[in-house]
Parts: sequence; C-alpha cells; structure tokens
Amino acid sequence: MKVLTLNFLTCAVKSCRTSADSFPLHPKDAELVSDDVELNPQLLVNLLPRIDWNALRTTATELGFPTLPEQPPTPEELQADEKMLQDLHKLLMETQISEGKLVCGACGHEYAVREGIANFLLPSHLV
Amino acid sequence: MAASSATPSALPSSSAADAVAKLAAASVTEVTAGGSSQADDPAEAYEREHVHGVYEAIAPHFSATRYKPWPAVASFLHAQPPGALGLDVGCGNGKYLGVNTDVFMLASDRSPSLIRLARERCGLTRPDAPAAGAVSDLLVADGLSLPFRERAADFAICVAVIHHLSTRQRRQDAIRQLLRCVDAPRGKVLVYVWALEQGTSRRGWDQGGEQDLLVPWVLKAQHQHQQQQQQQQPKKKKEKKSRQRQQDTTSAAKDQAPDEPAAPAAPADGGDVGGQGEGEGEKASAEPSGQAADPVFQRYYHLYRQGELEEDVLAAGGVVVESGYERDNWWVVAANGPATPPGQQQ
Repeated sequence: MKVLTLNFLTCAVKSCRTSADSFPLHPKDAELVSDDVELNPQLLVNLLPRIDWNALRTTATELGFPTLPEQPPTPEELQADEKMLQDLHKLLMETQISEGKLVCGACGHEYAVREGIANFLLPSHLV
Repeated sequence: MAASSATPSALPSSSAADAVAKLAAASVTEVTAGGSSQADDPAEAYEREHVHGVYEAIAPHFSATRYKPWPAVASFLHAQPPGALGLDVGCGNGKYLGVNTDVFMLASDRSPSLIRLARERCGLTRPDAPAAGAVSDLLVADGLSLPFRERAADFAICVAVIHHLSTRQRRQDAIRQLLRCVDAPRGKVLVYVWALEQGTSRRGWDQGGEQDLLVPWVLKAQHQHQQQQQQQQPKKKKEKKSRQRQQDTTSAAKDQAPDEPAAPAAPADGGDVGGQGEGEGEKASAEPSGQAADPVFQRYYHLYRQGELEEDVLAAGGVVVESGYERDNWWVVAANGPATPPGQQQ
C-alpha cells in the first residue's frame, strides 16, 4: 500500500467518523519496500490539492522520513522544485507498506496490512 | 447447502426481504460453522453466502473472464481531469485501473481473493494499461463501511456492485457511502446496476418480472484446481446441479455476464463462442455435455426496474446528474445534493 493511499484512509468504524483522531491512521510494525515508479510530475502537482498536508507530515515522521515543511508547496513551487518533486514522489508513489498494521487513534482498532494489501473488513461488533 | 437447493432462480416470495430473511436463517448455521463472527444481520448473512462467499470461491475463474471495460465507464474515466483522485468501489479484478493513467485510483473490493488478483494484474505490464500499478492502489473493504475519508475523492465508480445488496435500505446506504467519499458539490459518482428490463437479451427477464434472483455461476473444471490452491472455504459451498435445474437456468444463463459489455472484439480477449466475450461462467451451464460435475454457485442479484436507481440516489441524499440505460444495465451519475454538508450524512 502506497503512502499516498494512507493519506486518504480513515477508520472504517462509523462512530470514529466524527473523531479527528481517526485520521490519519498510524502505521505500526510497518515493513516498507520501495517500488520503482516512473516520476510523473504533472500527476503529483495535480494531486497536491487533494493531499492533507498535516496528515502527510505526521505519516512521514512516523515512517522515519525526513520532516516535511510545515506548509505544502504551491503547485507552481512544486513544479519548479526538482528535489521536492523527487522527494514527494519517493514518499508518496514509491514507498509501500508491505506488512504491518494501521491503527486508529480514536478507537484503537488495528487493520492488518499483508502482502501490501490493507484489510478494512470489520468484525461484527464494530460494524 | 440448504438455502439454495430449496430455492429456484427466482425467489418465491413477493417480499424480497422476507425471502432474504428466510434464506439467511437457513444459512446461518453453515456460516457460523465456517468460523465467521458476523452472522448477526440476516441480510448480511445472506449476502455472505450468496455474494461474498461466491466471489471468494470463483475469483480466479471470474477474473479470467473479466477483461474489457464498459465503454461508458471508460469514457467517464477519460473525462476526469488530470490529477483527479478516484475511487473504484467493488473493483473486482481491477479492470478499470490504469484505463486513464492521468488520474489516481483507489480501488476496494469485499473479496480478498479478487483484490489479490487485481494486484497481480496491476503488477503486470499490460498493453491496455501499462502503468496501472503506478496510478492505483488496492485494499479490501466493505462498501457499507468504506474507510475513505470524507470528501476525499474527486469521483467514484461503482460498477455491478450495488445490485448484490439484498435490501433496499442497504442499496441506498451503499450509494450514501459513495457520495460521502466524494467532493461536494462537484464530485461525481457513477453507478451501474443490472436492469430488470432486458427485453433484447435472451435471459427472459423484463418489466413486471421478479426482481430478486439467484443467478448461477458454473465453475469450470480447469479453474477448480487453481481455486483449491487459493481458497480454504469454498468446498462446502459447492453444489452439484441436476439436469433439471440446468434446464431451468439455461435461459437466464446463456447471455454474456451481467456486468460485462458486449465485447466488440471478443476473439481478442474473451475466447469463447458467439462474440459475447466474457460470460463464460454464466454460459457454461447451457453447454450440453460434460458439465454435470462442474460446481454451481448461486449469486444473488436485485434487478433494478426503470427509475429505481434514480429513486435510490435521491433517498441517499444525492442528485441525479445524468442517467441512462446501456446493454441490460441502468446507470446513473450522481452528485451530492446542495443540502448535504459533510457530517450530516451517515
């Protein structure tokens, strides 16, 4: 599962939807792998407005990446900054969580990630 | 399998909910014995047997018959602006991933087996979608409990999924979930469902007919070995089918798969007869010889009558942007209504 994906995922438990603590989910015992993905600057620049930057900063830190700046770059800044493009590409598109868990900060439920696939099916008492 | 052996392809009760509850009650014992802890809700238990269990069991065979995107779905995907973030809920084997490599798709399905197959597909270099793995990601999730953050996506597609939910409330909830995950008011949700009105197909279903059906899937022998390597639970769900029942289902079974387009270039990808392309599972039961031992799985479908999908969108708090009929399916493009700010939806 790509780090980009984690930026769009929250807890599947209904009662967690109103809780700010349910996003982002927190990686636990995460094994990371890096895929070789061709850089697509336009896609990254265009996706930028969809990314929750604060959540991404949290995730990057939790996964041991260098701290991201407090403010996201503007699309123009990102377009012009080759290093920032490469760094974000590596973090968002190439880095995958292959094994581990994703933990909800509100209810504590842990979603398993196996062979790169996160499973969000809930036990019946949480549906 | 008590439930389906007592059930003709059209559920006998005029009240689908009653029939569903009855069937679910009959299947709970088996489901519980299978180790699941989710046998609380009759509708959910019924879907577990007649939808989730079936797709887990037939996943490799089903996937092998799924290649070609619906043209209208492909156009919807191509119409999205570069950099858009899309969801594909109920993505099956991921055939819509990589159709438009300028958008990023997050795809989910209830079936872990189908998601594994989708991942394999996306990892391969495909002439039709060489970069699918670079512009998509996959996860296992239930359409009624989606883990996507509110308003996260620019658009969503949900093709041939909602007709597998066995009560109207659950079908409307599924649409509500999709709407919750897309931007408001601009985010669009494309939903495709199988139509009751199929006057031009040979299935024999049309206006005024039974809307809640069990539709057989015949698991071909060459896929069973593959299947057994990947699955642990399908054995008890397999069912041998009498010749009489083959007759019963032939008219419903010999057209192409419900969630597949007519394949304009079938020989290139489907490989089965008649240019219908991808309906191998459904068609198999119409073949006259040597098929008696192929296990048959009964999938539940709710066939939508004209106007019903639009009603469900409105009931889910959405507005209908566009809707239509294409090749035995009703489709709708929905958006969030002006009066549904985030947080007020379920």
